[in-house]
Amino acid sequence: MNLLNTIIIGLKEIWTHKFRSLLTMLGIILGVASLVGMAAIIKGMENGMKETMVAMGGVDKVLLRIQDVPDWQDHLADQAPGRTMLDVEALRRSAPLIRLVSPAMEIEDATATRGEKRTRPAVLMGAWPAVLDMNLHTLAHGRFFNAIDEEEARSVCVIGTGIRDELFGKPEEVGHEIIPIGEEILINGQPFTIIGMFMQYMSEAEIKEKARIAKEGNKQKSGPKRQTGWGRKGGWAFWSKNNTIYIPLNTAWVKFRAVGDLNGVPDPRLTDIDIKVASLDMLEPAIQQARNVLLITHRGIEDFTFQTQENQLENINKQIQNARLSGGIIAAISLLVGGIGIMNIMLASINERIREIGTCKAIGATGFDIFTQILVESVVVSLVGAVLGVGASYGFVQVLQALTPSANTPIITPAAMLVGVAFSAFVGILAGLIPAFKAASLDPIQALRYE
Amino acid sequence: MALLELRNVSKIYHLGGEEIRALDDVTLDIGIGEFCSIIGPSGSGKSTLMHILGCLDSPSKGTIKLDGTEIQKASTRELAGIRNRKIGFVFQFFNLLPKLNVVQNVELPMIYSGIGGRERRVRALKALEQVELSNRLKNRPSQLSGGQQQRVAIARALVNDPKIIFADEPTGNLDTHTGEIILALFRRLSQEGRTVILVTHNPEIAAVTPRRIEIRNGKIADKVDAKLAGLDRLPKAAGSAEPVTAPVVPSA
Repeated sequence: MNLLNTIIIGLKEIWTHKFRSLLTMLGIILGVASLVGMAAIIKGMENGMKETMVAMGGVDKVLLRIQDVPDWQDHLADQAPGRTMLDVEALRRSAPLIRLVSPAMEIEDATATRGEKRTRPAVLMGAWPAVLDMNLHTLAHGRFFNAIDEEEARSVCVIGTGIRDELFGKPEEVGHEIIPIGEEILINGQPFTIIGMFMQYMSEAEIKEKARIAKEGNKQKSGPKRQTGWGRKGGWAFWSKNNTIYIPLNTAWVKFRAVGDLNGVPDPRLTDIDIKVASLDMLEPAIQQARNVLLITHRGIEDFTFQTQENQLENINKQIQNARLSGGIIAAISLLVGGIGIMNIMLASINERIREIGTCKAIGATGFDIFTQILVESVVVSLVGAVLGVGASYGFVQVLQALTPSANTPIITPAAMLVGVAFSAFVGILAGLIPAFKAASLDPIQALRYE
Repeated sequence: MALLELRNVSKIYHLGGEEIRALDDVTLDIGIGEFCSIIGPSGSGKSTLMHILGCLDSPSKGTIKLDGTEIQKASTRELAGIRNRKIGFVFQFFNLLPKLNVVQNVELPMIYSGIGGRERRVRALKALEQVELSNRLKNRPSQLSGGQQQRVAIARALVNDPKIIFADEPTGNLDTHTGEIILALFRRLSQEGRTVILVTHNPEIAAVTPRRIEIRNGKIADKVDAKLAGLDRLPKAAGSAEPVTAPVVPSA
């Protein structure tokens, strides 16, 4: 008995009972669709998270964070120095495993104004040119500040396109791209000259959306223009990266910190020290080295800690794994339910065909022939269901993409499809075993007499 | 040597502690090319005899030789192979597979014996030619008349070139005229050298066959009941009917 014939007979069996077969397959179709769809959503999430992580500075970035001193140093808490330029110099000179040190002095609650227009930047900070490499910024226009700007604490700034959009107008609205190099804006009332502007940072989804608009033309919306939400299309990471203003570190110190807050006390502490290690393989030793250096500058007071992006990557992976596991279990359950449906229908089908089976046995079919016949039919039903399910998942993902155009786009992976199809084949075999055994062990005489 | 040799064959069923001898010590020879009928009232054991002769069932006691091989101890798998190659079955209700067309139905036994697709097609067409159905190859059984369906079934029984053809009430579901055509077909097959065994309770059909074996209470009757065998209906002038044969005594 060759396999091809059996498969053809199995397909015929499905075709003769189209509606019944469709209902039977529905369990498998939904199971595979939910498995593939779920995997696609999770893949989209993963991509979004990793994209965000890169936008925030890449894997080799290490943040030096302030923390409360440990309990056993509690009595030294008021002597904790915080992060200062001393640490930066010490790290640069004494920690060779660290490639890049970028100090930052952030000015909180800043307002940038130009004429009537005003905006609150997501980030306003004094920084060194190292910040470009640290946060993976790309300068599109003008220049970044140099050593002279830093030394003389000049009132210059480099802005992101989000700031330009707010103070000068978006290219989509103005009709052409404004490059405000040389223009003057006020930051917290102090005049600054724009000397450079970054490129526009976008997530993959936004880039696609923009390409689509460029191709099809933006549809004109009728009615008054409305501000929708905070305009954080493409996620927080990209929004804040675009809404950035950098000024020289010394300028930040001189203009905003040296005078001090309401009490008139100057605050020389840095708000951030970011580090990049020379190589990812040496991450652990590099951090240890930095720690040793900082313990000296902090006189042994452990008021700092390191936060690596690797930790974050681990977190992302853990989240993804959890999502996969729960999604996979749900899909597996629905596939099993589909398998039970198949078993049920196969049992009904062999009951209907007892005389046929008897005839086949009378003309020379062995039990094994009948067994494979029924088993193949069951597998064919589940495989056809699986293929339809993969098709359905494609439609499902299209619908999801239409519903959420910019956020983490679901991506169908071939691996998920393969797993879905393989698992349904397995379920098909499992579901076919009992009916096949039942059919194979029928007594030909009884079967021939069966009415 | 006879094609089928039964020696002291019994088939015993146990029903609620009671022993039922469906076949009781039957000894019977059927030769090559014989055209015979097995007759008897219902419950006489004739179906049991046919099942055992047709290798669908094994006897409780006794030995059976089919074409020189002993089959009473064969496994179900071996029996399936014997049925496939040496025996053709024709049933009262035709038993064609409704989802397959005429050619596919005829090809089915060859699929089980593992014959390649091209040869299957050639042999199926030849068998269908023998039953004069070459013009309905692609039809489904449901699109054929009863007589045509039975001829497809005969073609299916013939296609593996078996030594014996069993027909269980082959005309039971057909009108008289169609029945006669089918019986003529069987006679022709026996003239071509095949053993044809008809199982029937219809005297008119039994009358057609040269040899009649009557089963009564699980035993072969010594003298065939003339009425049951339809002998009283035979026109005396026909002369085609051979003398009533007594149960054949096993010969050397």
